[in-house]
Amino acid sequence: MSLLDKYDKVSARHQRLLSFGRDPFNICMDRIVSATEAVINGRDVILVGTNNYLGLTFDPDCVAATADAVTREGTGTTGSRIANGTYASHRGLEQAIAGFLGRRAAMVFPTGYQANLGILAGLAGPDDTILLDADSHASIYDGCRLSGAKLVRFRHNSPEDLDKRLSRLSGGTGGTLVVVEGIYSILGDQAPLNEFVDVKRRHGVELLVDEAHSLGVFGDRGRGLVESAGVEEDVDYVVGTFSKSLGAVGGFGASDHPAFERLRYTSRPYMFTASSSPSTIATALAALEKIQSRPELRQQLWRNARTLYDGLKDLGFTICAETSAIIALKMPSEAAAVYMWNALLEAGVYVNLALPPGTPDGSSLLRCSLSAAHTPAQVQRICEIFSTCLEALKAWQATQSAAE
Amino acid sequence: MQWTADEVHAEVVRLLEPFNPQSVDLQSETDLATDLGMDSVAAMNMVMEVEDRFDIDIPISLLPDVKTLQDLVDAVLAELSKKPAQ
Repeated sequence: MSLLDKYDKVSARHQRLLSFGRDPFNICMDRIVSATEAVINGRDVILVGTNNYLGLTFDPDCVAATADAVTREGTGTTGSRIANGTYASHRGLEQAIAGFLGRRAAMVFPTGYQANLGILAGLAGPDDTILLDADSHASIYDGCRLSGAKLVRFRHNSPEDLDKRLSRLSGGTGGTLVVVEGIYSILGDQAPLNEFVDVKRRHGVELLVDEAHSLGVFGDRGRGLVESAGVEEDVDYVVGTFSKSLGAVGGFGASDHPAFERLRYTSRPYMFTASSSPSTIATALAALEKIQSRPELRQQLWRNARTLYDGLKDLGFTICAETSAIIALKMPSEAAAVYMWNALLEAGVYVNLALPPGTPDGSSLLRCSLSAAHTPAQVQRICEIFSTCLEALKAWQATQSAAE
Repeated sequence: MQWTADEVHAEVVRLLEPFNPQSVDLQSETDLATDLGMDSVAAMNMVMEVEDRFDIDIPISLLPDVKTLQDLVDAVLAELSKKPAQ
């Protein structure tokens, strides 16, 4: 038996997906044109699934800062943070993030995935317990597993279930960490942070919030859902990414804990990987400045989100959460989702396809994410294309029923 | 309440029914992944139902070792044995 034989079933499912048209999990952008447009398979496509919330990937100041850094500091650091891979710019970005979030310290990682790995596996160890929301991102699950801590999963967005499970914990000697996300990446639903903070306080445990999809999107200053919920003082650790609203690559952890920086010499995912290139660091720093100096981007993002949300609702789609920059549409079946995804791409709209087990409750979803860079005309065009493709889906479903 | 091994077995079988759409005959050696076709997320959701019924937590770090119905029964019994007597 070959090692790869264990994936026979997954591979067969993948082959069935391909029978509908394109490979949803292997799309190649022939040419990226702007923050909201690309050429895919020779066709002009509006991008509605890139998490490029503020549309900063082509911002002239961010591009200039990035180009300047690669010219001045070279293409890569060729080293880890604990060896030769810490430049003044890495430190500068960490100080800027800490200052932006009003935290004592921040640590930068090469990706958002590694930020969760590094912070979670650094904070918790085999004697500790982590309680994580059931719908947590894979990077949270993987970071938790890497920590070796006892892992208890609580029901999604349920402070009551967290409370019950915390009450069940027998008194061990280790610490206890609760992990939630601000906005959940697939459905776009918000964590009830105030209620979670109440539970956390009563049990005297520590709380980490992953703001991957809420940083730059929520809060008067763009600090995230922790800011807009008014619970910054009660959140012990914040994790975030540069690859969404900041339009770069990388991630961070931040905290007020006086001993937080002990992770610099104890967290293996931080210590044993090459550090971010100087140009990436420069992009993130320039974009962080944009979040602070251009609040109108956030306002435009929310206008776009509300317009698309209302448009898709009017078409009769079942939307999984209240309005946010993520709009997930629940489709009646996997086949309908895959058919519709292909139809949208052929018509010039790219969205994300999300299938079980990567989705809650086994649903098949079409996931849209808006950008401040979408123009009103693009949002209108997206709605029109959804309408046309929905008609095509209904006609296809009718032929399928007739054939059965 | 105090659960006997047979009672735990019977209750786990009952809790597995909603995750058994093909009505596979549930035996001790039934494999949750291959016989019931449960993916990793469905398995974790099923375990939550089991946890609630017995008022225990089965750490998800233990789940890779829970392959059969009997493994799940054993995991429940192990957690129940850690609970202080009521």
